[in-house]
Order: sequence, then C-alpha cells, then structure tokens
Amino acid sequence: MKIVVTVKLVPDTNAAKRIDPATKRLVRTGLETVLNPFDEYAIEAALQLKEKLGGDTTVTVFTMAPETGKETIRKALAMGADDAVMLSDAGLEGSDVWATSYAMAQALKKTGFDLLIAGGLADDGNTGGVPGALAEYLGVPALTNVRKIEEAGDGKIRAQRETDSGYQVVSGPLPSLITVTMAVGEPRYASLKGIMGAKKKTIVTLMLADLGLDRAVGTDGAKTEVLEISAPKPREKARVVEAADGASGAQAIFDFLREKKLI
Amino acid sequence: MTIAGHKHAAPPGAVDLLNIDALYSEEERMIRDTVRAFVRDRVLPNIAEWFEEGLLPRELGTELGRLGLLGMHLHGYGCPGASAVAYGIACMELEAGDSGVRSFASVQGSLAMFAIHRWASEEQKQLWLPRMARGEALGCFGLTEPDFGSNPGDMRTHARRDGSDWIITGTKMWITNGGIADVAVIWAQTDEGIRGFAVPTTAKGFSAHGIERKLSLRASVTSELVLDNCRVPAECAFPEVRGLRGPLACLNEARYGIIWGTMGAARACYETALDYAKHRVQFDRPIAGYQITQEKLVNMLLELNKGTLLALHIGRMKDEGRAHPTHVSFGKLNNVREALKIAREARTILGANGVTLEYPVIRHMNNLESVLTYEGTSEVHTLILGQHITGENAFM
Ligand SMILES: Cc1cc2nc3c(=O)[nH]c(=O)nc-3n(C[C@H](O)[C@H](O)[C@H](O)COP(=O)(O)OP(=O)(O)OC[C@H]3O[C@@H](n4cnc5c(N)ncnc54)[C@H](O)[C@@H]3O)c2cc1C
Ligand SMILES: Cc1cc2nc3c(=O)[nH]c(=O)nc-3n(C[C@H](O)[C@H](O)[C@H](O)COP(=O)(O)OP(=O)(O)OC[C@H]3O[C@@H](n4cnc5c(N)ncnc54)[C@H](O)[C@@H]3O)c2cc1C
Repeated sequence: MKIVVTVKLVPDTNAAKRIDPATKRLVRTGLETVLNPFDEYAIEAALQLKEKLGGDTTVTVFTMAPETGKETIRKALAMGADDAVMLSDAGLEGSDVWATSYAMAQALKKTGFDLLIAGGLADDGNTGGVPGALAEYLGVPALTNVRKIEEAGDGKIRAQRETDSGYQVVSGPLPSLITVTMAVGEPRYASLKGIMGAKKKTIVTLMLADLGLDRAVGTDGAKTEVLEISAPKPREKARVVEAADGASGAQAIFDFLREKKLI
Repeated sequence: MTIAGHKHAAPPGAVDLLNIDALYSEEERMIRDTVRAFVRDRVLPNIAEWFEEGLLPRELGTELGRLGLLGMHLHGYGCPGASAVAYGIACMELEAGDSGVRSFASVQGSLAMFAIHRWASEEQKQLWLPRMARGEALGCFGLTEPDFGSNPGDMRTHARRDGSDWIITGTKMWITNGGIADVAVIWAQTDEGIRGFAVPTTAKGFSAHGIERKLSLRASVTSELVLDNCRVPAECAFPEVRGLRGPLACLNEARYGIIWGTMGAARACYETALDYAKHRVQFDRPIAGYQITQEKLVNMLLELNKGTLLALHIGRMKDEGRAHPTHVSFGKLNNVREALKIAREARTILGANGVTLEYPVIRHMNNLESVLTYEGTSEVHTLILGQHITGENAFM
C-alpha cells in the first residue's frame, strides 16, 4: 500500500509572529521552519500503519513549499518516512486554499496513493480548508478527524472518527483521504539512525511545468483576498474585588453571578 | 547603516551570538533538535522531582536507547556510528537538561560500552553491546577506589587466576550507574599489570551499595561496588590491554563529551538568567537595565559562545583524527570552569529564586561541582597541560 502524508512547513510555532501590513502576509524571514505539528501526528499514523501492515507498504511525505524547506522535510524522513515529494515553484506564491489545493491535487495525481493522510489544521494559515478541497479535486472520499485506523488494505479502510460525544466507526473505499487528530498517538522522535539514514532517501522536486495545469495558481489564481487584518480586541480588564474576609468575598462572587444572571 | 556597499547582516540571537549553528551540518542540527525535543518533553518536566528524590528512572535508559543515543559514536553491534561532533551535540542537549542525564549516557556509551567495544573479545562484544545500545542492559565503569582517585595506578583491587577463572577482590567507589548496572567494567591489578574485566553484576561475590546524601548530581545513581572473591570466567577479561592505557582510553572519550555537556548546562543557566533579568523589576525597572546585571550577562555570553566554539573545534579535530588527549584536557579544564562561573553568576541574578528547584540554575551549579571533580579533576588537567608545555612532571 502506498501511503502519502501531506505535510505543511510552518514557521516555528513558538516564535512571535508579525503580519506585514502592506502585503497582509506573515513575515517569514528570520523564522525557523518546522513541520506543522498536526502533520507530525499524520506522519505518526502513517508509520504505525506501515509497521502494522509490513510488506511493501511505503510512506511518502508530500509538501508544497519553497525549496529552502528541504532541511525541514528531511525531518519527516528521519522520523521514518521512505521518501518525499516537494512541489516548489515561485509561481505558487500567494496561493490561497483554493489554489493550494488545486495545485497539490494535480501533483498528488502524479505521485499516486492508496491512502492520503493530512493533519486537520495548519498552524499558520489555520483554515482547515485544504484537506476537504483536496479530496474534492482528487475525487476521493474524506474521512475526517480520525482517532484510530482500525483496518486498511484490500481496497477498504475502516476508522474511528472523533466526535464531540464519542466516536463513530466509519468505512470507505481506497483510495481515500483521512485527516487525523492527536489521539492517533504522540509523534515519535527522529532517532539517530533515522537521521543518519535520511540523507540517503530521495526528495523528488516537482515544478508547475511538470503538472500541466489548466488553471492559474499563485496570486493570480487565488479566489480570496485578504482585505483587512486586525489584532484581536484586548480582553477587558478583570474586575478586582478586595474583600475584607472570606464571607464578604463569597458575597461579592454571589452578587456578581446574580448580576450576570448566572444563578 | 551601509558602509561601502557592505550591508549589515541580520542581527544575531541573544544566545548563539556567533551563529555557531551555521557551522553545524544539516544532520548535526537534526540531531540537536531531536535530543532537545526529548529533553524538553521527558526530562525538564520531571527533573526537579528526580533531583529532589535523588533518582533517575530506569526507563529513561530504554528511551535513550530507542533514540540511538547510547554508544552513538561507536560502529557496529547496533550502534549508529555517529561523528564525534554529533555525539558532543547530544551531550550538550542532554546536559542542558541535567548533568545526571548526560552522565548516564556518558558512562553507558563512552565508558562502559566504549571499553567493551575497544578492549573486550568478540564474543563479549556480541553479548553486551547490542543490548546496551538499546538501553536494555546498563553498564558502569569501576576505576576509582576509596583511597585512589586521582592516582588510580596504585589501585588495590586485584584479580588472580584460579584455573581458567579469575577471582577479583576489592572496592570501587563513586561508581555512576553502579547500582543499576547489568555489567561492570572493573579495572584490577594482576600479575601482568592492570587489566580490565566485564563483570556481570549477577556474579557471585559482587555487590553494589548506593551512596546517599549527595548534594550534587542527585538525578544519577552513584554506588560503591564491593567485589568479594568475585569469580568470573576467563572470557570476561579484556584479552590484550595492560596498564592504565586501558581505562585512560575510555576516560578520554567521556572527558570529550563533558567539553560539550558543560556548555549545555551553562546555556540553560544563561538563558534562565537573561529571561529572569528582563522580567524581574526592582526600583521600578527590570534588573536587566542595571549595568552590573548587564556585565554579568555579557560575561556569561562571551564564555558560553567561546566554550561552544572550543567544543566544536576539538570535535572537528577528533573527527579528523587530530585530537590529542591534551586537547581534551584543555577543553575539559576550560569549559567546566567557565560553566561553573556562569552557573554561579546566573544564580546571583535570580536572587532568592536562584536557590530553589523552581529554576534550573542551582541544580546545574551543584551538578557542575561533580563534573569539576570526575573525569580528572581540574587540578589533574592543569598538571597534564603543565607537564605538556614545560616538560616537568608536577604530579609527584
Ligand atoms: C496571514 C495570512 C495571510 C495570507 N494571505 C494570503 C493571500 O494574500 N493570498 C492567498 O491566496 N492566501 C493567503 N493565505 C492563505 C495561505 O495560502 C494558506 O495558508 C494555504 O492556502 C493553506 O491553508 P491553511 O494553511 O489554512 O491549511 P489547512 O487547510 O489548515 O491545512 C490542513 C492540512 O492540509 C495540509 N496542507 C495544507 N497546506 C499544505 C501544503 N502547502 N503542503 C502540504 N500539505 C498542506 C496539511 O496536512 C495540513 O495539516 C494567507 C494565510 C495567512 C495565515
Ligand atoms: C558524582 C560522581 C560520579 C563519579 N563516577 C565515577 C565513575 O563512574 N567511575 C569512576 O571510576 N569514578 C567515578 N567518580 C570518581 C572521580 O573520578 C574521582 O572522584 C576523581 O578522580 C577524584 O578522586 P578523589 O575524589 O579520590 O579525589 P582525590 O584524588 O583524593 O583528590 C582530592 C583533591 O586533591 C587534588 N589532587 C590530587 N592529586 C593531586 C596532585 N598530584 N597535585 C595537585 N592536586 C592533587 C585533586 O585535584 C582534588 O582537588 C565519580 C565521582 C563523582 C563525584
């Protein structure tokens, strides 16, 4: 079985970020690039499945990112993925969810897959829109929020979908796309052997010319435009009540809750 | 400002001011990141408690084994065969967590595994090394004795032949991992000079006793080993090596790791102090704004960057086969000394908070007192270098 994991490269999740007011884009210079945290769970799910199925199961990581992201994508190889495909082209700059998904889908058609695994959300763009759009372009079902893959193989997949109150067991054909939640298991650390073996693994680079697209991508192909950016309103200052003793403190809390009609 | 067409480079970071990072290879940076992530997730949340309780959980060994950090610079027998620099970087990240954790990995990889890898018979290597690399079997290294520390050549522990077996008698002191080891590398006097033995700790006549009440390296097991007519089969003896050359070859490896490790501890102290100084307000202003605090921080920054460069330099020399034991003495002497100074200075910046386990500083500071003493005291390394440059032996 051929498993492909879509992995977005995002700026260091802990670093302070700034939006350039002129371009309305995130300022990426000086920020270290990391694997999108949710996608590390997707990689973990893929590696677990590979270990379970054995045989000729392979895990390919796929990213649409500038070529400078090679060092970061190698970390996915160090975790245990077999190879990587990078879609890199200056013409992709400025792609929105629509253009990103379209370009990725065309590349993924070339790569081929039995099971496509995505994280649910990118740490930077944060739309959660890409996986659904990908499934649409690829014409495959999307099983979202998977917490456990019960079975996969022989043209079928059965998985547990996390819901607010529990989980559903769903099944579908292969090829399919799934998105995973953190419940699939903590992503493994890249081991020394994995790291040292990663440099021998191949990273195939695709460019727009390789895809033969019939629609525009990048800024020209984007259907959305960021009109305005504003910081979230600062929270109102908390009201501090100085109470002389426990009893009057309790009374103050009671009065507050009553005033808000909470009790 | 632009001078004659030369643009200023981007402003450097406040820790790696010299951008030593850029001198590492992609692989070395990945190794750093993976060990750093492990320390962040598994060590830092628990270390204050381990330190206070005086323990290091056994399963940390299997976790370090799974990462491939045990005997990582050895080749074959399930070891990854990483470079000296990669090994050093791992030591630095582990010790940024705690010197006890780094000591655990040093003793396992550079003392016990290295000794077996370098000196034991092929069967003994097959027997121990793959399991030790996975962290399933642990090792310790018994050289020091109650009465012989800096002067191990006069050790009293001795081994004599009895048929084809060896019978070992003596006491080893201050042995890291002693109480949790499956195999103890024991150095003993014989009729043919000092020899090494890989002693299974289940051997009859072998016992380990914990050394309690340490105020340093508390998250590390330190033991006294008693060998009371301990009988081991002939194959446990290292076949060829005789004399102090045997243990010294191993010590040179572990000492090398300390050159890096201490800079990890120093970095943790500096980062903590810098952050604290920026947030702690006294007399209506962050203490980072006072000249005395700035001087302390800047001195720490200088020595941290210089010490890390020194570690990398010696590491590259080692990978090229150009490192001499005096280089390792130079590095160990300088970097432990400077790390201790940094830790002590950082402690002052934290004021009263500097004496608690809520912050890592006093833990590192106390740990470094052990690091100053083991693997050759600072005095011993001074005398090694002194003899090298003057030709005069000042040891005795
Ligand atoms: C501040 C800001 C400004 C922006 N400005 C513009 C703009 O001006 N014009 C514009 O067109 N768009 C803009 N974008 C949108 C940006 O291009 C999106 O980040 C992108 O379309 C992907 O969507 P997402 O990050 O929300 O991914 P999500 O849909 O949240 O990602 C979900 C999953 O899809 C997969 N995935 C997503 N992207 C990739 C990828 N590149 N490679 C591999 N896998 C991937 C991953 O598995 C990921 O976990 C902006 C975004 C931000 C944050
Ligand atoms: C936490 C910890 C873990 C350890 N782990 C191990 C281990 O795993 N295996 C192992 O074999 N050992 C281990 N040791 C022992 C360590 O290597 C010794 O403590 C060290 O070699 C010093 O020996 P000593 O303590 O007997 O001090 P001594 O040798 O008695 O030295 C006392 C002082 O005298 C100085 N001195 C000695 N000789 C001279 C001289 N000629 N000129 C000038 N000054 C001199 C020393 O520098 C020191 O300052 C450990 C020690 C500690 C604290």
